[in-house]
Amino acid sequence: MSELTPPSPAAWTPRIIAFFCNWCTYTAADLAGVSRLKYASTTRVIRLMCSGRVDPQFILDAFRQGADGVLIGGCHPGDCHYVEGNYKMLRRFQLLKRLLKDLGIAEQRVRLEWISAAEGERVKTVVNEMTAQIKALGPLGMPQAFATWDQEVSELARRTGDAGEVESQEPVAAAK
Amino acid sequence: MVSIKQDIRIGFYVCHCGHNIASMVDCPEVASYVEKLPGVVLSRDYKYMCSDPGQELIQKDIKEFDLNRVVVASCSPLLHEHTFRTAVAAGGLNPFFFHMVNIREHDSWVHTDRKEATAKAKALARAAIRRVAHHKALEVKQVPVNPDVLVVGGGIAGIHAALTLANAGKKVYLVEREPSIGGHMAKFDKTFPTLDCAACILTPKMSSVGAHENITLWSYSEVVKMDGYVGNYTVMVKRKARFINEDLCTGCQECVANCIYKEPKFTDEFNEGLGKRKPVYIPFPQATPQVVLIDPDVCLNFKRGVLTDKCKKTCVEACGDRKAIDFKQKEQFTEIKVGTIIVATGFQTFDAKRVLPYGYGVYPNVYTAMEVERLVNASGPTSGEVILRDGRQPKAIGIIHCVGSRDKKTNRWCSRVCCMYSMKLAHLLKEHTGAEIYNFYIDIRAPGKGYEEFYDKLNEEGVHFVRGRVGEVTDWGMTPEEEGKLVIRVEDTLAGFVRRIPVDMVVLATGLEPQADAQDVRRLFNMSCGTEGFFLERHPKLAPVNTFTDGIFIAGCCQGPRDIPDTVAQAGAAAAEAMVLIDKGHVEQEPNTAYVLPDCCGCKSCLPLCPYTAITFDEATKKAVINEALCKGCGTCVSSCPSGSIAQNLFEDEEVFSEIEGVLAD
Repeated sequence: MSELTPPSPAAWTPRIIAFFCNWCTYTAADLAGVSRLKYASTTRVIRLMCSGRVDPQFILDAFRQGADGVLIGGCHPGDCHYVEGNYKMLRRFQLLKRLLKDLGIAEQRVRLEWISAAEGERVKTVVNEMTAQIKALGPLGMPQAFATWDQEVSELARRTGDAGEVESQEPVAAAK
Repeated sequence: MVSIKQDIRIGFYVCHCGHNIASMVDCPEVASYVEKLPGVVLSRDYKYMCSDPGQELIQKDIKEFDLNRVVVASCSPLLHEHTFRTAVAAGGLNPFFFHMVNIREHDSWVHTDRKEATAKAKALARAAIRRVAHHKALEVKQVPVNPDVLVVGGGIAGIHAALTLANAGKKVYLVEREPSIGGHMAKFDKTFPTLDCAACILTPKMSSVGAHENITLWSYSEVVKMDGYVGNYTVMVKRKARFINEDLCTGCQECVANCIYKEPKFTDEFNEGLGKRKPVYIPFPQATPQVVLIDPDVCLNFKRGVLTDKCKKTCVEACGDRKAIDFKQKEQFTEIKVGTIIVATGFQTFDAKRVLPYGYGVYPNVYTAMEVERLVNASGPTSGEVILRDGRQPKAIGIIHCVGSRDKKTNRWCSRVCCMYSMKLAHLLKEHTGAEIYNFYIDIRAPGKGYEEFYDKLNEEGVHFVRGRVGEVTDWGMTPEEEGKLVIRVEDTLAGFVRRIPVDMVVLATGLEPQADAQDVRRLFNMSCGTEGFFLERHPKLAPVNTFTDGIFIAGCCQGPRDIPDTVAQAGAAAAEAMVLIDKGHVEQEPNTAYVLPDCCGCKSCLPLCPYTAITFDEATKKAVINEALCKGCGTCVSSCPSGSIAQNLFEDEEVFSEIEGVLAD
């Protein structure tokens, strides 16, 4: 299923929500800062103790609130500060990716990366890569889509309200 | 638009951090933007929020403006969250009514466009403002600290840390992998720049460790498992079979003298393979503990490590009534409980074979520096005489610096000690042989007390210094003088031409690198490694011996290359950090634990998810129960609960959702 998104406006820059675990990836992002690495200002990091805390609803909600991409950062397999939270995230992530695909959200908009506390450079690379990919995809624009759908639904409601009086005239066209 | 509860009164502070933030983020603009957000009573920008006046400002404002929430936008919470929580608490608020926004490491330092960086700072601040409204008052939980300490690694770092703690009356377990403590330092002949005999300064410390009533020394042992948390670690130690009962062995070594092998014929690890030992041996004369061990790979009573009992066992006969030899000994596992752990597992030297042009392993007279340490040592394989592998005494010696250091093909870092130990070896070799000594260096790095003076002294002694990275060591002589010699080809960058210098002996100043199993040790103790593979300190300047796991400290070369004085200083610091926890007697735990809400339906899907078995099922209520003492606050169960019936303090669903909403509300 391909995305149906409006063409990107000229001044648009992607907004990526990043859920980083406290011990590895958040620290790596700190290291990127301390090392004065430069990368795109598209990400906004939300710190969690472990990637295992990333509820799939957080990701869906980020998209709903207008994120163009979601990045999840955790410790490398075998290195989780909490033994195996990252594996649990990985499982959920695989399921969620299928779900998102069915919803029409392109795969490149969600990304799970294992970044250790020493890999500041990796933060830079991943953010820049993801920014480029999402720029190519254009805005996801869920809030606008919701607004449109709301409009359509109320339109439909108005029409079906009419339909009560005008006995089922062009019901299929109305649903379109 | 999220509704802010009526009684929420937020104070917001954006820090300039001098120019660190202010040069890329328009702080006054962020402050005036946040001021208009719902719930915000007061918004300020200030030069240094972490300074005393900055903290006092927060405290004053809490009282004056009746604030009940505080947000500070400054550096990473990993650096100053604690500082500001303390300030908030001093102002009379619960410290958890605070949230921190990272606009330095994650913003001003990594972006180049002032407008974008300011927009990002606003977004992050807005998220925090929305989040902090949902914060709850939390209590910090206190957990007692077990006063016993585990020190892993018995090199000079581990020895010093263990002795410092033991002298302060703390009980210490010192676990060393090798049969004796002493580490690399025990192999050195002299130490730079004072030329103290390494054994003379180390041996007394080793004996004190062996004799100290507060130290339990387990050599030939390894830590295999660690569980628990700061103040309460449970550690499993594997005690390898040395086939000698340590309590019964007196260290008389009569078994060694009476071994069926009359002459030593097996590679002696302590002497870097330059000497020989018997199957039953003591690693070196001053070994601590003074206990022999049997190498089952070569002992005649074993075949490839498996007991055959076919030897005449002259050693057992010699041991007699002491009955210290036990061929049936098996490795043992002992569990200990400690409150703090000091990891001092040291380094390994760079494998010189990796630099092919220098011919190590190809030309017999190319040595590593460590081999030369043993060669010049009076208790070494040649009793201190410098005799080459072909039996000659060298007349000219070349010492090549930076082998496996400062090289993009091998290790990029400077190993810090090689310049100095190369000069020390130059001095010792000159003293022992009177040979001409050439040092080939990139830069001479002698930053330490008395180090530059040592370099001057070497120059006065007539040691040659050639500035240039050696291209090749070859035995291909082009002139009669070069025949039968090793020729060092180097571009002398001071003279400006390529030279060929014939020598009899080449010494490779190999660098320091992380132990081969550093990654396993890191996992074992829940630490991180830097890009080079050395253990990562919590902060390079302000917490150099702390790790990201509370109660676990690092000392010595496992954290990065350093010399003996620095190692000892660091070991002392690690011991002091451990004592801080022990003497305080308790630790405060971040109250980020999970808890079950009353609407739990009892589906039990969270039970197997918890790696700490903190979740149990209460048969009476048919609900899950989380043991707060065991929960470490990862939040995995929270995000997995199908009915949303588990919550996590500090990371409540509404807190995270409001953060998501806030960060995207532009």
